[in-house]
Amino acid sequence: MNFKDQPIISMRNFSREMIDHILTAAEKMEPIARGEERSDLLSGKILAVLFFEPSTRTRMSFETAMLRLGGDVLNLGSVDASSIAKGETLADTIRVVDGYVDAIVLRHPKEGAAHLASEFSRVPVLNAGDGAGHHPTQTLLDLYTIKRESHLEDLKIALAGDLKYGRTVHSLCYALSLYGAQITLISPKELRMPEEIINDIIARGAKIKEVDTIEEAIRDVDVLYMTRIQKERFPDPAEYRKVANRLKITAETLKEAKKELKIMHPLPRVNEIDNKVDDTPHACYFKQAFYGVPVRMALLGLVLGAIE
Amino acid sequence: MTDIETELRVRRIENGTVIDHITAGKALNVLKILGLPDSSQGVVSVLINSNGKYGRKDVVKVENRELNVEEVDKIALISPNATINIIRDFNIVNKYKVHIPSFVEGVVGCINPNCISNSNEPITSKFTVDTENIFLKLRCYYCGRVISENIAEHLL
Repeated sequence: MNFKDQPIISMRNFSREMIDHILTAAEKMEPIARGEERSDLLSGKILAVLFFEPSTRTRMSFETAMLRLGGDVLNLGSVDASSIAKGETLADTIRVVDGYVDAIVLRHPKEGAAHLASEFSRVPVLNAGDGAGHHPTQTLLDLYTIKRESHLEDLKIALAGDLKYGRTVHSLCYALSLYGAQITLISPKELRMPEEIINDIIARGAKIKEVDTIEEAIRDVDVLYMTRIQKERFPDPAEYRKVANRLKITAETLKEAKKELKIMHPLPRVNEIDNKVDDTPHACYFKQAFYGVPVRMALLGLVLGAIE
Repeated sequence: MTDIETELRVRRIENGTVIDHITAGKALNVLKILGLPDSSQGVVSVLINSNGKYGRKDVVKVENRELNVEEVDKIALISPNATINIIRDFNIVNKYKVHIPSFVEGVVGCINPNCISNSNEPITSKFTVDTENIFLKLRCYYCGRVISENIAEHLL
């Protein structure tokens, strides 16, 4: 399987074999990601980190991934101080930057931006989120977390929170459908997953059921994937509080859960997971954030041709 | 209607292309897709809501220009039953049905206002065409948003 010079744009381009290949490569990167082993796999290579929107986790974990493999990072810095503020198109920015570096990581507020960038770039582009569109490296690290902390085969997973706008859950569902997962969707009616996406996922092999509360799903599932509900989605603050309180995980909620249940969250969280849950063996979200590093190391190694 | 009456409304052309069996009411959209009349030196005649063997239809006649398959196939997005007749010396020398293309570029605009193809980037909109269902679906190559209804309203 050859990933060299391939752009990483959308999970739609990935087969199960490709995903498995990346996750296996990520496992080998873990000791280096933890700092237990040193590597100069990407020595002499430079990664451009172009973030047109703020991000902490994704940007830092890409930078860490590159540095851990002995490579260097070139950061765009503030968009306000760059030529973009002067009205330069993304296509021009990419054609300039690709002359400086060996790979580009891009986050951009417009959907499809990474696709455009990969059309104009001579070097591989990795999509770190394009508007409400795709964020494939988040999905891959979610899958990696499930593989490491639970299991991808015969998985029963519940996704809770904003399933309408949440790009991470859409993308994760598409990927999980390749593994025939049983997916339970938990959301208030205002934030239900769009029917078109549900039908698409079912057509790809997943089984889907929709429920209103976490309590209805918690007993059966291996993984509970929480997401943040954004206040802006609700015109009435009282309605937001009501919904947010209903979709909240506490130590009490977990009494009915399987012993092996793992709770994931792409972070940042607000109050959907009570702090007391952090100390239970179910909490998995900080590990999940760490797993972003070996997964991104694997991707960088693969697209730069340093590993196969 | 007799042949003479038809003749009086839209005359036969000596050389060029006749696009027949266009879905009734879509002829002006067909002109838009083909960039007519700007892309033609000859006369372009349009017949809207004409009587046909299978009900109402539109017809477009483009004089002195033979349209190629690639350009006319774009018409299939809004009028999948259209037929193309190439005319030389008043005779039909070639006749074929339009085929729904699997990919179209620069014909339709993306409905997602936040799509990168709706910004000032140096690109044209592109769509993959899904024909699995009886209803056409266009999926934006850039953002993935699907257009499944009223495609004609989104013509560029």
